[in-house]
Amino acid sequence: MTIRTEPIAIGGVRARPRQPFSLPMWLDRESVFSWLMMALPLMFLAALVGYPFFYGILLSLENRPVAQPGTFVGLQNFVTDFHDPVFWRVAFNTFVYTGAATLLKMVGGLGLALAMNQAFRMKNLVRALLLLPFIVPTVLSTVAWLWMLDPAFSVVNRLLIGLGMPKPGPSWLGNPVLAMVSIIAINTWRGLPFYGITLLAGLQTVPPELYEAATIDGAGGWQRFRYVTLPLLKPIILIVTLFSVIFTFADFQLVYVLTHGGPQNATHLFATYAFDIGMGAGQLGLGASVALMMLPALALLIVALTLYMRRSA
Amino acid sequence: MVTGYGRVERILRVWLPVVFFLAVALLPFYWMAIASLKPNSELYNVNTNSLIVYHPTLKHYVDLLSKTSFLVWTWNTMLVAVISTAISLVLGVMLAYPLARMRFAGAGLIAMTVAAIYLVPQPLLFLPLADVINRLGLGNTLTSVILTYPTMLVPFCAWLLLGYFKTVPKELEEAARIDGASRLQTMRRIFLPLCTPGFISAGIFAFTLSQNEFLYALIFLTQTSVRTVPVGVIAELIRGDVFYWGQLMAGALLGSIPVALIYSFFVEHYVAGLTSGSVKA
Repeated sequence: MTIRTEPIAIGGVRARPRQPFSLPMWLDRESVFSWLMMALPLMFLAALVGYPFFYGILLSLENRPVAQPGTFVGLQNFVTDFHDPVFWRVAFNTFVYTGAATLLKMVGGLGLALAMNQAFRMKNLVRALLLLPFIVPTVLSTVAWLWMLDPAFSVVNRLLIGLGMPKPGPSWLGNPVLAMVSIIAINTWRGLPFYGITLLAGLQTVPPELYEAATIDGAGGWQRFRYVTLPLLKPIILIVTLFSVIFTFADFQLVYVLTHGGPQNATHLFATYAFDIGMGAGQLGLGASVALMMLPALALLIVALTLYMRRSA
Repeated sequence: MVTGYGRVERILRVWLPVVFFLAVALLPFYWMAIASLKPNSELYNVNTNSLIVYHPTLKHYVDLLSKTSFLVWTWNTMLVAVISTAISLVLGVMLAYPLARMRFAGAGLIAMTVAAIYLVPQPLLFLPLADVINRLGLGNTLTSVILTYPTMLVPFCAWLLLGYFKTVPKELEEAARIDGASRLQTMRRIFLPLCTPGFISAGIFAFTLSQNEFLYALIFLTQTSVRTVPVGVIAELIRGDVFYWGQLMAGALLGSIPVALIYSFFVEHYVAGLTSGSVKA
């Protein structure tokens, strides 16, 4: 322990020359303390996120039936994907689903936030209740929707028939177009509170003086919204939208429970299709290649959001 | 309060939209509840008014608890949620504290990486991860999900706590340092006790997310005795084309109650976390 060491400047710490090495002092350096503290969580993430990520890329280059050793096939799986009409249908579905659901959540969420940004009694209770769809486990609330859209006993159809629609009413999950409409609507139902309550928090930070000033300048209700509220909410809308797009784009639970991707692949998304190929058909390599096809769009979104969060944090 | 509105206008402008949003949000839960209380004769009768229960019965609940492994699934779900939340909070603090308080080379890169990992959705990783879990011999053990849930929860907790830690004043820590406390002592004795609200926020979120998780549980847990509530309900109450609707609804309702209860106790923390997590400005 008495070996003289050259003082090394780690992490810009001022080296203390000619001082004997002391463990407590070494541990007290900001960089040493930080890296030691972060070592365990970082190793954990490297093992269970980093490794699977790169292993997934390797898998996508293999022909790998489940429980058998894989053989390297290069880009063959991706070629198979590109020649698979279902794959293109899946890509189309995913973009329609993400685009429509995000747009609905944005408009609806803004409406919810504006409605909640008024003074009324029991506001906290109302806010707590409105968030329920977002916090209840998705699979469990989706089961309720499955029952509400059941071909024989659908309450939605019974209401529509009551309003004069001819019996037996639409087959919500049996018709390709209506099935897509249904999963979009239910995703919106679930995600809208997140949008609404987050935007509400943003609305509450808008200083009232701005509205007063705008009113004095002769701005009407719409103009106040358009020229005061909206510009101030823009950063929050952007962040929430990126969040929502990422998790809608990679959605699995809702579709798995409601339609399993059917009818005729009309509601298959990347995640459910990759699951069917990888787990259902046992083609791990091909399934991994389908899942990886999400990566370009996701990487773009993740980098954008990470940079944005970093900048605003 | 809002002034300048007449009574009718107030109803139209304030209550109409609020009641509309409330109705849309809550109707499915109402539906779930009454379906779980209806006897089969009413549940599958197209001619009765289905908004009301005429002869409420607890039969579906009794069947759910006696004929299925619902209680086992509930125990598994709770166990997994509590342990993975605890792991995630501890590991999350170990990441967030240095990032919030220390200056060292690479801090910015680590913070970015943590945020990016938080945003990586599970479907991108589930196939390779399934293979890893299989090779480790962890299939059909609760350990498989206790290990994998923190992969989403640790970055999440770290990110949320990082935001919270930055709002805590540094003076107490600086005073402790001057008094000769080591960095570890300062963190454990002085700093962490100040951060209880942050831990509650992160903890509720992690707990809710664990209860909500479906994909990993679906893949890793294929035996009744190790299943969690969402997987058990979907895999065992829907058999082929046969839906046990009464039990499904009872299970969905009972399965939602733990989350809803915890949420109702800590709703303010939840909303604070929700809005600071992403709206952090």
